Amino acid sequence: MSLTTEQVLRIAHLARIEVSEPEALTTQAHLNGIFALIEQMQAVDTRGIEPMAHAQDLGQRLRDDVVSEPDRRAAFQAVAPETEAGLYLVPKVIE
Amino acid sequence: MISRSLKQLSQALAAKEISSVELSSLFLDRIARLNPEINAFITVDREKTLAMAAAADQRLAAGTGGALTGIPIAQKDIFCAEGWTTTCGSKMLANFVAPYDATVIAKMHGEAGLVSLGKTNMDEFAMGSSNESSHFGPVKNPWDRARVPGGSSGGSAAAIAARLAPAATGTDTGGSIRQPAALCNLTGLKPTYGVVSRYGMIAYASSLDQGGPMAGSAEDCALLLNAMAGFDVRDSTSLDRPAEDYTRDLEQPLAGLRIGLPREFFAAGCDAGVMAAVQEAIREYERLGATIVDVSLPNSHLSVPAYYVIAPAEASSNLSRFDGVRYGYRAPDYGSLDDMYAKTRAQGFGGEVKRRILIGTYVLSHGYYDAYYLQAQRIRRLIADDFTAAFASCDVILGPTSPSTAFRLGEKSTDPVQMYLSDIYTVAVNLAGLPGMSIPCGFADGLPVGLQLIGNYFAEARLLNVAHRYQQVTDWHLRRPAGIA
Repeated sequence: MSLTTEQVLRIAHLARIEVSEPEALTTQAHLNGIFALIEQMQAVDTRGIEPMAHAQDLGQRLRDDVVSEPDRRAAFQAVAPETEAGLYLVPKVIE
Repeated sequence: MISRSLKQLSQALAAKEISSVELSSLFLDRIARLNPEINAFITVDREKTLAMAAAADQRLAAGTGGALTGIPIAQKDIFCAEGWTTTCGSKMLANFVAPYDATVIAKMHGEAGLVSLGKTNMDEFAMGSSNESSHFGPVKNPWDRARVPGGSSGGSAAAIAARLAPAATGTDTGGSIRQPAALCNLTGLKPTYGVVSRYGMIAYASSLDQGGPMAGSAEDCALLLNAMAGFDVRDSTSLDRPAEDYTRDLEQPLAGLRIGLPREFFAAGCDAGVMAAVQEAIREYERLGATIVDVSLPNSHLSVPAYYVIAPAEASSNLSRFDGVRYGYRAPDYGSLDDMYAKTRAQGFGGEVKRRILIGTYVLSHGYYDAYYLQAQRIRRLIADDFTAAFASCDVILGPTSPSTAFRLGEKSTDPVQMYLSDIYTVAVNLAGLPGMSIPCGFADGLPVGLQLIGNYFAEARLLNVAHRYQQVTDWHLRRPAGIA
């Protein structure tokens, strides 16, 4: 399998990473090298094998629906690029 | 003093031979002198460190200290520590001052009374095997400053090897504790997945990430693991098990121990000098009373391919949080919201992180999910089942940690695939979720060689015992780089 430049740009868009056309060529070469390594997996017959998502077979723990954490909004927002009145500011998305 | 083990430092503190403030100052002074060249630390904060040391001295004077109270250690910069800049080796978090403590940090600073010397350099978001992907520059291996210390916990490894700290925390997603330990002549332990809390440990691949200790000996790792391990309600995959004393079996004799040698780890692909040191270690274990058993991990050659699907897939999801909104870097100029995301992430992430996000995005995308992601998860089960089968006939598995000794800075940094193959013996352990260690077992052309020991689930105490007994009859772990006391 080999990725085209268009595919690289499409993946970059999905990942929300800006990639210029010249960068896309280098990225394409690197990714194709990596996929050549990954392709080794395709030779293995894994029919009937249950996919393993996790090392431990754990269920999700439940807890009582009670307040357990203090309000630390000010401390957490102090590290944000831009806030106002307790809100995170981003470019306008709805006209 | 700077060459002493944690146990010896603990005794010196208890005997009032030295105070924690004095001891911490010794290491801070070494950091000030040697770090500009080694680049093992990203952040040092003398005032904070000495305040912690003074508090530890009060506990020691009041007799309320524990085994490690007052001992200074280095923290990998992946662990959030309140009030400390926590960068994860990335421009994205270059100015991020953590507003809370990771559980590991809270346990160490709290109950254990350990003193943090600073935050150590690492591959960006723990993605790398050489520490060259750090935004803060490469780390130099104290054994040969033209070579890499390994990665991703390369700063932690170099800090201990240069005795800028007597021990450090690390994290291991595909070998990031064991491989740098091997390349820098240290002892490092990756615990069973779920033993050490991941809360506040910046996530790379959540089903594989596990924190653990790096130090000068197995005994020191056991003491540190006592302070790090334990159930944490804040980590949804933390295991609720009774607390263990990981030092309890250190002195057990090894007579009757069955050591499995996976034939795949002894086939072609490993440097001769590394293999010679490993073979000599096997003979040492036979002298200690162990029996050698031939075992097979027939799918181990698929571990690197499967890992480079699963880890990037999880990374692409985990790193989507870095969008320039709630914390971290935001691009200075942008138009729309989408443009802000794309520019922020293009500028804030380095090349290797971007590559892994792109791979992960692709293997999770419609039409490729089954062929890549599910196939990798099925192979993950084959790999885990191989270990289960092997442990039916042996107690621990032994082999090399890394196929080579420390490579030169720049040697592999332009070829991602070559870099990935340095993890060929370590990633299977993460995929299975097993505990693994690396201990020093000799030198090849003057560079340290690491011996990997792999245990069954929750066999940390047994692994530490197997490592400790070897360190009682060998002195590889006590060797220091030239010019380091």
